[in-house]
Amino acid sequence: MLQLRKLTKTYKTGDQALKAIDLDVPKGQVLALIGPSGAGKSTMIRCINRLVEPTSGEALLDGVDLTKLGAGALRRARREMGMIFQEYALVERLTVMENVLSGRLGYVGFWRSFLRRYPQSDTDEAFRLLDRVGLLHMADKRADELSGGQRQRVGICRALIQNPKLLLVDEPTASLDPKTSRQIMRLITELCRERDLAAIINIHDVALAQMFVPRVVGLRFGEIVYDGLPTGLTPDKLTEIYGEEDWEATIEKVEDEDETEAAE
Amino acid sequence: MSDVTLDNMVGHRWRKPAFIKNVALRWTLILGFVAYLIAAFMTIEVDWGRVYEGLDRGWAFVLAFTSPDFTSRWSDIWSGLLESIVMTVAASVVGIIISIPIGLGAARNVAPLPVYVICRGIVAISRALQEIIVAILLVAIFGFGPLAGFLTLSFATIGFLSKLLAEDIEAMDRVQAEAIRASGARWVQWINYGVQPQVMPRLVGLSMYRIDINFRESAILGLVGAGGIGATLNTAFDRYEYDTAAAILLIIIGIVMALEYLSGIIRARVQ
Amino acid sequence: MPVFERDDTQIWRRRTTRENMIRWFGWLAGLVVFAWCWQIISASTTWFFVWDAPRIANDIWTRATPPRWEYITQLGRPIWDTLNIATLGTIIALFLAVPVAFLAAQNTTPSKLLIRPLALLIIVSTRSINSLIWALLLIAIIGPGVFAGVIAIAIRSVGFCAKLLYEAIEEIDHSQVEAITATGGSRWQVMAYGIVPQILPAFAGIAVFRWDINIRESTVLGLVGAGGIGLQLSASLNVLAWPQVSLILIVILVAVIISEWVSAKVRGAII
Repeated sequence: MLQLRKLTKTYKTGDQALKAIDLDVPKGQVLALIGPSGAGKSTMIRCINRLVEPTSGEALLDGVDLTKLGAGALRRARREMGMIFQEYALVERLTVMENVLSGRLGYVGFWRSFLRRYPQSDTDEAFRLLDRVGLLHMADKRADELSGGQRQRVGICRALIQNPKLLLVDEPTASLDPKTSRQIMRLITELCRERDLAAIINIHDVALAQMFVPRVVGLRFGEIVYDGLPTGLTPDKLTEIYGEEDWEATIEKVEDEDETEAAE
Repeated sequence: MSDVTLDNMVGHRWRKPAFIKNVALRWTLILGFVAYLIAAFMTIEVDWGRVYEGLDRGWAFVLAFTSPDFTSRWSDIWSGLLESIVMTVAASVVGIIISIPIGLGAARNVAPLPVYVICRGIVAISRALQEIIVAILLVAIFGFGPLAGFLTLSFATIGFLSKLLAEDIEAMDRVQAEAIRASGARWVQWINYGVQPQVMPRLVGLSMYRIDINFRESAILGLVGAGGIGATLNTAFDRYEYDTAAAILLIIIGIVMALEYLSGIIRARVQ
Repeated sequence: MPVFERDDTQIWRRRTTRENMIRWFGWLAGLVVFAWCWQIISASTTWFFVWDAPRIANDIWTRATPPRWEYITQLGRPIWDTLNIATLGTIIALFLAVPVAFLAAQNTTPSKLLIRPLALLIIVSTRSINSLIWALLLIAIIGPGVFAGVIAIAIRSVGFCAKLLYEAIEEIDHSQVEAITATGGSRWQVMAYGIVPQILPAFAGIAVFRWDINIRESTVLGLVGAGGIGLQLSASLNVLAWPQVSLILIVILVAVIISEWVSAKVRGAII
């Protein structure tokens, strides 16, 4: 469904963040993108919805080349791609409900959105999503009153109300504690399964990626150096992605956690 | 929202909760404000005929900016400008020097209570009295000329700088100051080592800002006879010499821009 | 931080000799400039009046006290006009300042090369010139009255408000804007959802802050004929009716204190 063809990004400073990336993501597949900081993970997903303009190459969503769209067509294409951010990126001074409804901005006109008069179907969907993530009672709270985990749930609702085909998820757990991180990852993967959504999840925590995702892509210096099952991430492979380090502890931890998962 | 369940909410309209929750209060405020606006508009008597006639003159003034006349009254402009600059410099120096002790005195964490009350009193008086009113009184007392303007600007500088300096001292990092005090320093040493380094960059920034303000203010003191370029400007307007007025305004704008640029550089260097 | 060796002991100095020289020279130059400025001020001062100042001040004080309290009945309308000049001027200024600020902020301006410098020029030129001068100019163009005062205050405030507002716009959290862009919102929607909520508190603060300043400024606009209580002040000064002057000054002082109190309250409620 999503195909990247030789997607390249060179910053003005001359840094090559992405070097001709080729990647295919079929419908409904959740994929984790791992790699050290500066490997180009963030740049890659931002190049897909063009928050960052790619320098060359193609990004095809259902056969449409996103890199060549004009402003209006790009906005329509962005509706198909929900995005979840690292620091939640909620509009802090708006209420939870307004934040969720802001996911519909691409579908409603300016005045409707300005006056907060969304179609009833949109508000109903917002209620259902908030109920699904367990935040319905918070609907009229202001976003900055929420805890980190709650904010990220609101962020997820905002992405899902767009009714997207694809989720772009940028370090969803970077600012969360370990327990909340797992809950959020579980929520994202569950929701993708429920709605048959494809997702690209940027994540630096290898253990967490292995726990929840069927496919892992490793990025280093803007190049794909691993693409396969999470179980295939051997210490050698991790060294190739991240550089020299003792990986046994990380991998062991994963196995331990898997057991506790199973026991629950 | 007494009952928060999905069934109760789906199908109902959602509205953003209002900023002011009390309905009666909200509408009172809105209606009161609208009523005030209407009343205010009603009482402004605008002579539209006069305004319409004025448009030509307004346009002439705009055009004057494209061909400002610096030359024909240059000696007046120059003497007024020099007086403005001189007043600004002298008043800023004196004002800054006096406002440092008063600023220290007006900070509750370094000054004893009686000193604090006196200094805060000086600050309050200086801030409440407007430059132009102070200038009127001082002109009445000291006669026409730049001395009244100089005193006015010094007085205003004291109120402005002392207040901000005192606030800055009150907001400083206590731990650093305590560390110096713990070393057995005297009060003066404590101020010099514990307080001064913390507030110095801001004091320099604020002083630069105040010099900028003083120059701008010095341009109007001439309207009441307290010296500076204001008198020249006033004469130019009275005579409808828009090209000369435009020249003066351009000079003022230019100097203010130069001062702002300079203060930007200096502030960047001290920080 | 140089360290010298002399007689086998190390002597620490904060600055090198050369740095010290430069510093002393700087202070000396400053002193010379100040002395020169003082010289000029002194030359254009009639010192006879200055030595006579205490007597004159005393004289004015005895004439001005007690204030002529019954004159307050004639001040109702001027106070109302003053309030209107400040409030309407602020409202007009805010309407104009918002677009200017968006055009001037680095992250929202449509064109950094063409439109941003233009917006900055508007900000600098309106800000550099005091409202009294704007009033002078407007009176020459559209005739004396409250209307000229309103417009003068409005023009003066545009630059001030736009400057503070565009600084607030440049400091917003970009990720929130990015998030709204990613939902497929249009340019205006991104503005309404991503930027406006973030700058709203700053906007409200600026509005009240400027209103407070405008109350002060509008009290003296009448001195040049632009309506408000300053008209009464200047009329009373012209006929040397000191008891009326002192009453007007008291009224102005009270107005300033009230407006400062209101603006502090409102700002407290917002933040």
